[in-house]
Amino acid sequence: MADTQSKELKVREKQEVTGPAEQTTTGLVFTPAVDIFETEKEITLLADMPGVKADDLTIDLRENTLTLAADIAPTDDSDEEKILVEYETGRYFRQFTLGELINQENIDAKLNDGVLRLTLPKVERATPKKITVKTG
Amino acid sequence: MIYRRFLDVPTWRFRSPFEELHRMRQQLDRLFEDAATPQQAVGAGVFPLINLTEDKNRYFIRAELPGVKGDDIDIQVTANNLSISGERKIAAEEEGARFHRREREAGSFSRMIGLPGDIDPDKVDAKLENGILTVEVSKAEAAKPKQITVKS
Repeated sequence: MADTQSKELKVREKQEVTGPAEQTTTGLVFTPAVDIFETEKEITLLADMPGVKADDLTIDLRENTLTLAADIAPTDDSDEEKILVEYETGRYFRQFTLGELINQENIDAKLNDGVLRLTLPKVERATPKKITVKTG
Repeated sequence: MIYRRFLDVPTWRFRSPFEELHRMRQQLDRLFEDAATPQQAVGAGVFPLINLTEDKNRYFIRAELPGVKGDDIDIQVTANNLSISGERKIAAEEEGARFHRREREAGSFSRMIGLPGDIDPDKVDAKLENGILTVEVSKAEAAKPKQITVKS
């Protein structure tokens, strides 16, 4: 019985970015929750980014540093009055240092229901070359 | 002996009851501090967190539910209550996947939200866009603000 019933989700407060560098623009910046796993061929990253559209998401891989940054569209353009505010919205930002060499050509990113799925294929290592030493 | 005990009672009584209460409160606070999870619960402390806004005719309830499919969400309304329940599923990855980080969670959720005014249960719209659930609820006619013109 316990196996078929899934556990109940707990409230988790969104984590604000804390870093040495301050943001130049105002507004809140959050770190998205991620799952990262690797297989023989690739590294996959899943990130929860609710409210982000594909156009507003920037993924950048430069010298082993993977940067995820996303803007969200503001919702306060209407004449709605706030009654209860339990969560804040803001941009998302998170960086990772990758240990593996990534094949930049075949990176694949999909954004579905506010979840980003990023596939980073590993570079196939060149087969080690054997060097024979000749005796003179 | 009896005399002494007789005297003891009033002295115990005269110790300020507020002081006693204060001490009890401090002890209780300490207890709860220990029991509280490192991440303090916010709002009602029930998943999902919601933002509630209103305009003249409607209430808007928004919740961040990334990765949840519309079919997995169940919304029910009564005269002034709204319940959102469902399940967040995270598909199992292929075998041999070695995890570096696992911060995302799967599980079920259920939350009841009391709305500040009566609503029209027949006029409820819900949409799920980019992982954000928006429920639009029309206010009952009686709960809508009426413009009253002042005659001169």
